[in-house]
Amino acid sequence: MDLLTLAAAAAKLVFDPYVLLVMVCSAAFGLFVGAIPGLTATMATALLVPITFFMPPVPAVAAIVTATAMAIFSGDIPGALLRIPGTPASAAYADEAYQMTLKGQAETALGAGLVFSAIGGLFGTAVLIAAAPSLAEVALKFSSFEYFWLVVLGLSAAVFIGSTSVLKAIIALLIGLLVASVGLDNPGGYPRFTFGNTELMGGISMIPMMVGMFAISEILRFVVNIDPPARILVQRLGNVFSGMWALTKKYPRQILRGSVLGTAVGIMPGAGADMASWMSYALSKKFSKEPEKFGTGHVEGIVESGAANNSALGGAWIPALVFGIPGDSITAIAIGVLYLKGLNPGPTLFLNSPENVYAIFLIFIVANIIMLPLGWLAIRMATNILRVPGNILMPIILLFCAVGAFAINNTVFGVTITLIFGLLAYVMEENGFPVAPAILGVVLGTMLEENLVTSMIKADGNPLVFFERPISASLGVLTCVILFWPLASWLVRRIRARPAH
Amino acid sequence: MRIHDALSGLLLALLAVAVLVTVSQYPPIPGQNVGPSAFPGLVATLMLGCSLLLIWRGVRGERRPLVVLGGWTKSTPHVINFLLVIASLLFYIFCSEFFGFIITGMVILAALFYALGVRTVLILPIAIVATLVIHTVFYKLLRVPLPWGLLQGLHW
Repeated sequence: MDLLTLAAAAAKLVFDPYVLLVMVCSAAFGLFVGAIPGLTATMATALLVPITFFMPPVPAVAAIVTATAMAIFSGDIPGALLRIPGTPASAAYADEAYQMTLKGQAETALGAGLVFSAIGGLFGTAVLIAAAPSLAEVALKFSSFEYFWLVVLGLSAAVFIGSTSVLKAIIALLIGLLVASVGLDNPGGYPRFTFGNTELMGGISMIPMMVGMFAISEILRFVVNIDPPARILVQRLGNVFSGMWALTKKYPRQILRGSVLGTAVGIMPGAGADMASWMSYALSKKFSKEPEKFGTGHVEGIVESGAANNSALGGAWIPALVFGIPGDSITAIAIGVLYLKGLNPGPTLFLNSPENVYAIFLIFIVANIIMLPLGWLAIRMATNILRVPGNILMPIILLFCAVGAFAINNTVFGVTITLIFGLLAYVMEENGFPVAPAILGVVLGTMLEENLVTSMIKADGNPLVFFERPISASLGVLTCVILFWPLASWLVRRIRARPAH
Repeated sequence: MRIHDALSGLLLALLAVAVLVTVSQYPPIPGQNVGPSAFPGLVATLMLGCSLLLIWRGVRGERRPLVVLGGWTKSTPHVINFLLVIASLLFYIFCSEFFGFIITGMVILAALFYALGVRTVLILPIAIVATLVIHTVFYKLLRVPLPWGLLQGLHW
């Protein structure tokens, strides 16, 4: 099929009243969840999954893409008005935005967040559209060796990027990989770690587990929080779009830099919008002509990292769609949904159902465009959203989680998984074990084992076969460098330090 | 709740050993040298190494109690909140079949609202409305067979 027929087929799938309705509803949901401090974009996605379970593939993906894009933007709202970022992706510049609010420029801070989020999102989408199909063609030639290295590369990036303790991140990843090996889905078809429980034969259901790790743990943190609630600076907000054109003309380089960096960070496995936003805020300050103004209510950093965190979303979908390797925990959840819907990510998806791939591209474009009017509405209603009391919201979310976990297989066993993994995630985060590597481990565990075992059987005891093909060799060397870099640099430091003693 | 690294390392090491013992009994695939035990075995071996490193680091690090409870554990209401969230899910797991979703949901919501200090007059109305909304969304729109339990005769 040529591009035009594909685009037309995709448009037919997306511009369907049902899909558009789903998008508007999930946009409202995403804006709401993102704007409530303590409810993250990841949680918005995890809560949506049980509902998308009952939808056809295209609206299911549309719901997830729209909700996350909106949630990442609306995290800016409490950041600016309360100094509490609504999602971790807004944390980098929450202080800056709050300072602008104190100066009476709340509408400029929020407007910049909104407009440049949409621009960054569209940039990330453009890269996704341009890069994914051609990467998929390369990926078609991949064998189990390349896939093995890609998964290992993805997992090691997830461990080394943005974790305070690499050791704890590795342990979290290993826990995830162990969870993935539960059940019958393995080379020998042997029931592993099922303890005679028939419900565990099929493995640990992904959705109840994610609901537990991202929602129940958040609820637990809320109910034991002893900090008093923050006060809202109630004030009337002016027109958020005024002055945006001037900002675009003033900071074109910052917008481009934020979008490029955000997309690049998004593509890297394990690093998503949160990381993109911190990095580009720092970069913006470093290259700014007026770095001394940063932190005092200066819009430049918001422009740049606002663009970066939304462009990361599009970037993260590139490895997710082409290789089935998630770029962050949100795409990890999204990949779970794609599998459930029979849209198994990977290069064959581009061959077998290109209209679905192009529909996903189109959904990204539409989501970023409707972000402008809906985001404007959300900002108008901001003070009302922020007044929704957590003590009413959290119990309702808890009940929703229980039903959602039940609904996947219609057994309460799902609720048991939700509870166990909620507690696990809570204890892990309290002790500095990051949750994201664990989730990536669960999502990628089966794929890693499959490719490892196939490759080992092919290699027949000769490890050099893993480096025989050109692409697998370069991926392998790159992975080894990333894996052994910290060890090597630690050894070098020790050896250098020794003569001094 | 902060657990000392040495203690969490010890627990993880025990887990790794338990996995290694379990997978050692898995049958091999005839004619292949890698079977169902290879992957979990490899992961558990790595886990054992990492947990030993964590123990070593924990022992060398500053002296701290093995378990430090968070500030909230000294405040009874917060402890009750925490336990109540867990109890709610346990109640759902064990009793939703018998009582049915509507009663279970209302009880859970009312109990949590009360514990979290929602105004008394609002507790029951919100619990009832929220449960019915969730019930309608999942039972009617998504056709999830939520149990009716005691209300079986009334089902709509």
